[in-house]
Amino acid sequence: MSSFAYFPHTGEDIRAMLERIGVSSLDDLYFDVPADFLHKGEYDLPSAMSEQEVRSYFEKLGAMNTTLKVFVGQGAYDHYVPSVIPYITSRSEFLTSYTPYQSEISQGTLRYIFEYQSMICRMTGMDISNASMYDGPTAAAEALRMCVACTRRRNKVVMSTKLLPNVQQVIRTYMKYPDMELVAADDVLAELGPDVAGVLVPSVGKHGGIQDLEGYADRIHACGALMAVYCDLSTLAVLRTPAEWGADIAVGDGQSLGIPLNFGGPYVGFMACKKDYMRKLPGRIVGQTVDGEGRRCFVLTLQAREQHIRREKATSNICSNESLMALWVTVYLSLMGPEGMRKVNELGSAGAHYLHDRLMSTGKFEDFMTGRNYLNEFCLKPLVDVEKLQKALLDGGYFAALQLEDGTVTFCVTEKHGKEEIDGLVKIVEGL
Amino acid sequence: MKYYDRLIFELSHPGRTGFSLPAGDSLPVPEIPAHLRRQGDTGLPEVSEVDVVRHYTNLSQMNFGVDTGFYPLGSCTMKYNPKINEEMANLPAFTGLHPLQPESTVKGAKTLIDGLDKALSEITGMKKFTFLPCAGAHGELTGLMLMREYHMARGDAARTKVIVPDSAHGTNPASAHVAGLDIIEVKSRPDGLVDVEDLKPLLGPEIAGIMMTNPNTLGLFEKEIGKIAALVHECGGLLYYDGANMNPMLGKVRPGDMGFDIMHINLHKTFSTPHGGGGPGSGPVGVSERVLPYLAIPVTSGFHGNFGVMVKAYAYILTLGRENLLMAGPLATLNANYIKESLKDLYKLPIPTVCKHEFVYDGLIDDGAREGVPGATTLDIAKRLLDYGYHAPTIYFPLLFHQALMIEPTETESKETLDAFIDVMRTIAEEAARDPEILRSAPHNAPIRRPDETEAARNPIVCWQPNA
Repeated sequence: MSSFAYFPHTGEDIRAMLERIGVSSLDDLYFDVPADFLHKGEYDLPSAMSEQEVRSYFEKLGAMNTTLKVFVGQGAYDHYVPSVIPYITSRSEFLTSYTPYQSEISQGTLRYIFEYQSMICRMTGMDISNASMYDGPTAAAEALRMCVACTRRRNKVVMSTKLLPNVQQVIRTYMKYPDMELVAADDVLAELGPDVAGVLVPSVGKHGGIQDLEGYADRIHACGALMAVYCDLSTLAVLRTPAEWGADIAVGDGQSLGIPLNFGGPYVGFMACKKDYMRKLPGRIVGQTVDGEGRRCFVLTLQAREQHIRREKATSNICSNESLMALWVTVYLSLMGPEGMRKVNELGSAGAHYLHDRLMSTGKFEDFMTGRNYLNEFCLKPLVDVEKLQKALLDGGYFAALQLEDGTVTFCVTEKHGKEEIDGLVKIVEGL
Repeated sequence: MKYYDRLIFELSHPGRTGFSLPAGDSLPVPEIPAHLRRQGDTGLPEVSEVDVVRHYTNLSQMNFGVDTGFYPLGSCTMKYNPKINEEMANLPAFTGLHPLQPESTVKGAKTLIDGLDKALSEITGMKKFTFLPCAGAHGELTGLMLMREYHMARGDAARTKVIVPDSAHGTNPASAHVAGLDIIEVKSRPDGLVDVEDLKPLLGPEIAGIMMTNPNTLGLFEKEIGKIAALVHECGGLLYYDGANMNPMLGKVRPGDMGFDIMHINLHKTFSTPHGGGGPGSGPVGVSERVLPYLAIPVTSGFHGNFGVMVKAYAYILTLGRENLLMAGPLATLNANYIKESLKDLYKLPIPTVCKHEFVYDGLIDDGAREGVPGATTLDIAKRLLDYGYHAPTIYFPLLFHQALMIEPTETESKETLDAFIDVMRTIAEEAARDPEILRSAPHNAPIRRPDETEAARNPIVCWQPNA
């Protein structure tokens, strides 16, 4: 065979190894595969590319995309990524390591997960966080499953229709197959009853409105159900936390904390709860202990909840999560600190309110946010042809005014886009 | 690797910052009404940029990765993670794309996903893949939902039971449960394969399908798969292929050709994307013709799946090309058999046949269980390996043996690496016979000694508290 950079075997190596094994060819290693199933010939795939060829091919693919000034959120936020983060997360000791089952040589991973869990607890006000979930929507679905597991003989769950559309869709998928009933409602409290195990509401609705959840916890708890709140992690630096609303479970996505848009992934879901429900929390959890010499160290703990121990009786089937993305979030929050998190929210909110007011003054929209408080995301009712509006924005290099199912169009501003870019967007709208 | 005992919170000094943000064009900052505002502090650390860089660099130095050394970790396929893949996934033309951008602006990304879909379909013999699942278990769940969609569409909704061999990965029964299926376990024969005779009476009108891992977790090819597929299909069920062990099949066998209807494949195993300390992974699900109409129904993640991971896997496939893809499976299988044959005089080999990518020893022949004969357990062997600069194999899995040591070298390991590992395994066996205490108290050279896991579970400390 000809040599290839990722395969170190020489012809001589292969001969010596086959001899030790006692077979005469590589094909003999597949003696037990019935002939019908042996793949004959080559795959119908391109021939090997050199590194240069791979690079230029991907650059060509990249050039087929259009990089836009992103003014849409809806679960994926275009925040600035500090240089330190990719620098740290690409260290091969983090990047190329396995799940930290061998704790003695995985203290790096275990420590940052412990820090991540601690930060999630602080941001949400909850007592315990797991080591991450796939993304916000799957974390939301798992939260409702957890509500059923935490309550007796209740299998009905309620989700707010104010949740982001993709969150609702993933929840619908997860609830379709097991013996659980899902109700979607605008007024979730009206659905409460003796069979309800849990209720999921957003902290910020899909239109951008900050939700007033006063009294929800009392009503939900009075009926014996659990309250779960879906939130964007970044906004919790300034908004009332799930714990402050009296919730039992907090879930959502952490992408807004330093993770690039990545065309939708990898992101990181988070999930945290009150300590009463610790043993029903899905996923991995890192805990502190001591080693044989009494030194502080960290291990994966409470594993009796997990699939590799409990198999079908596990709290969830989750195994791999988004560990490295949890490191992105941990490094981001370390860099930002309390002051940076306050400021980044202020910049987004100031930009969004300025954009909102400027767009309203163009006369091309009817307001949707009257009586609603919002941070960096808002909706308007368009009075112009939406397709024309979107095309004009796109031609000007903007991704904005994404239309929701109810016909409103959504905008989002982060610290990445200053006044000049906002004015540029408004100018395009004025020109319609 | 050296012990470093700080947490980022403990480096905090009030007034220190590590961020750099624009001043913000003096736009007025709207006030959040008091009843919607956060009441308590965030409690985040206040540290400088240098503090952050040094802290996480120090943490990284307590970690072992594929770039550090050999990972003989069974069922995990810890192959080399090529660097060009990382660079391609980090191209701003990909990382800057919003998932809801109009089709016309994401043509490159779509072309890439289509290309990966075609390549995986060709390699596996399936018709088409969905990329929504973010990990292997997530793929299993999505695949089982597809199994249910197929039966429901045919008015066959009573099929709510799935057969899972006792050698299966723990995620199989767990995923089946989350998909609302009941599990029926089928036992393995003494030779490690599924017993077709045991399977027959289990088949019937309530069976949605069977989940198979082939080669199974003992590294054995389920050679009766043709018969099993015919029986399961005859009873109206579907076959699910757990692709966690797909690596040795590269270039040799396609799940679609064996009669599988649904499968997931772990891009973070077979297609070289890094494990990242436990993710992000990607577990695309492929289907045969008969399940194809339902492929888009289960929406199991928020956008398009872990696109960044797909970029890396596609770069890997293009780099290998058709000629090298053919060699990956056989070379991985060669490496596994080479280790297996080299240590069987010292380690119990319960199933002494040619394996595929991995195999299982049932501990040392002198495992310390026999009176008067010194020895050591699998846990001790695993911990001692850390001292010698290796990651441990997968231990105490599969559950079929008491002292299971499951070893999977991949095709990216050289004969010299394997020889050195074999030497160390022989040395450890000698140490176990001579002075087993060295093993029982291992590791000695890692950043920490064995942790007290019982205490961690009994008195959980899962969140940092000041002065704790």
